[in-house]
Amino acid sequence: MSSNIILQVNNLNVWYEDFHAVKGISVGYPEKSISAIIGPSGCGKSTFLRCLNRIYEEVPGAKATGEIILEGKNVLDKSVDPVELRKRIGMVFQKPNPFPAMSILDNVTIGLRLQGIKDKSYLMNVAEQCLRKAALWSEVKDKLHKLGTSLSGGQQQRLCIARALAVNPQVLLMDEPTSALDPIASAKIEDLMSELKKEFTVIVVTHNMQQAARIADYTSFFVLGDLIEHGLSSDIFTNPKEQKTEDYITGRFG
Amino acid sequence: MTYLHWRKFKNIAFHASLYLAAVIVLLPLFLIVSYVFKMGASSLNLDFFLAFPKPVGEVGGGMRHAITGTLYLVAIASIISIPTGLLCGIYLSEFGKGKVATLLKFSIDMLTGVPSIIIGIFAYILIVVPLKGFSAMAGGVALSIIILPIVCRSTEEILKLIPQHIREAGLALGLPRWRVILNIVVKGNLSSLITGVMLAISRAAGETAPLLFTSFGNMYLSYRIDEPMASLPVQIYNYAISPFDDWRRQAWAGAFVLITIVLGINLLSRLLVKLGSLRHLIRRGIK
Repeated sequence: MSSNIILQVNNLNVWYEDFHAVKGISVGYPEKSISAIIGPSGCGKSTFLRCLNRIYEEVPGAKATGEIILEGKNVLDKSVDPVELRKRIGMVFQKPNPFPAMSILDNVTIGLRLQGIKDKSYLMNVAEQCLRKAALWSEVKDKLHKLGTSLSGGQQQRLCIARALAVNPQVLLMDEPTSALDPIASAKIEDLMSELKKEFTVIVVTHNMQQAARIADYTSFFVLGDLIEHGLSSDIFTNPKEQKTEDYITGRFG
Repeated sequence: MTYLHWRKFKNIAFHASLYLAAVIVLLPLFLIVSYVFKMGASSLNLDFFLAFPKPVGEVGGGMRHAITGTLYLVAIASIISIPTGLLCGIYLSEFGKGKVATLLKFSIDMLTGVPSIIIGIFAYILIVVPLKGFSAMAGGVALSIIILPIVCRSTEEILKLIPQHIREAGLALGLPRWRVILNIVVKGNLSSLITGVMLAISRAAGETAPLLFTSFGNMYLSYRIDEPMASLPVQIYNYAISPFDDWRRQAWAGAFVLITIVLGINLLSRLLVKLGSLRHLIRRGIK
């Protein structure tokens, strides 16, 4: 874990039409660490995450102000191309979503293939590496040409992780990646995340506080669009500074 | 009767009415196909596909010109309306949010409701009158207007079924939007899209009214786009209302061929959906 800040958010505000969903949040994410965002439903944690790769722009009427600094550049700036940004900040979604009518192999390599890379042995190599990193290789190596959608839910989610890794991002955003999975599949994803932080910076939104406590180096606690507290997970979960945080993690609120 | 018996009775009664409704729906199709088969199959022979009409009084002859004509006219209609309809459907599904899209959707719904004879008159005014003559072009255009809204709406409906998070997953990989639409949304559902297109084509193949004032029909084989062209539906119509027994027999044979083409396209399109999932198995076998 290094303390080099890779992604610095300054005074981020998000509106959906008139609704103020994220209220002036500032937080920095150290390189090669796992940071968790927790909070009750509707606290803006997913919206916040979706700003980091500007996928929030897909929602009509959404507007963000403030700064998200990646390598000295504000990614919210109009001059930054969201297509280029998303190659560097990948994302995994709540529901496993392998692309329809596409094989396991094609699912992993599509990001590279559509960028114009045609070298088959190179693509195969990347696919194997990414599937290994996603702890899926041993389960799928004999059926790479089967449909991605034929896998189980947990396998599909790891396939989606492999797909996100294939374009070699620096930061990986995960929006409740285990909430649609059973406990065993969730545990596999959690183990995988701890492996991933050796190479990537992981920012994960989770409903599951125990999950945040288990895997995250840093945790932010959001309520109604406000950042209540951010710090080392060990501090947040054992010695919170704010009363609200303590109430939430002890189950008295939320 | 106890309460339980009453409930069971209601259950049986409801089930029975469902089966009855299903039979009523199936009955016309079954009767039409079986009657056309009975009447048509006896008049059908190889000559029907290969020969041209003979003068009244001479026995024999066929409808090669009309079968070719129908395929030709459907091809013209497809070339015009499939690309337009697909693109329009993609627009409505992927970008259609503003006023233009609402207006477009409304217009397409209206177009679906326009009676086909009126579309025929429109094509007559638009093409036949200025060119001073019936033509295959006019027939093709009339058919294309009929199937355009079908292709467009089926494309839109199919693509709308794809969850938004699939598109977001594509965008999150750093792919430009057009790539996501083309390579993930459209390609991932190609077999369903083709089904929609083929159902529209089968609709065009069976239309008569729009061809009456446009391609009109003739008695010889023609490949010219600027001349009248025979088609199965119009040929059937002309032969069926004729006073000659031999022609009426041929009309039945024509009806049989037409219904086979239309049902065949329908079945083929359904098969394609299944093939979509089979394709991966085959590819796996090859590799």
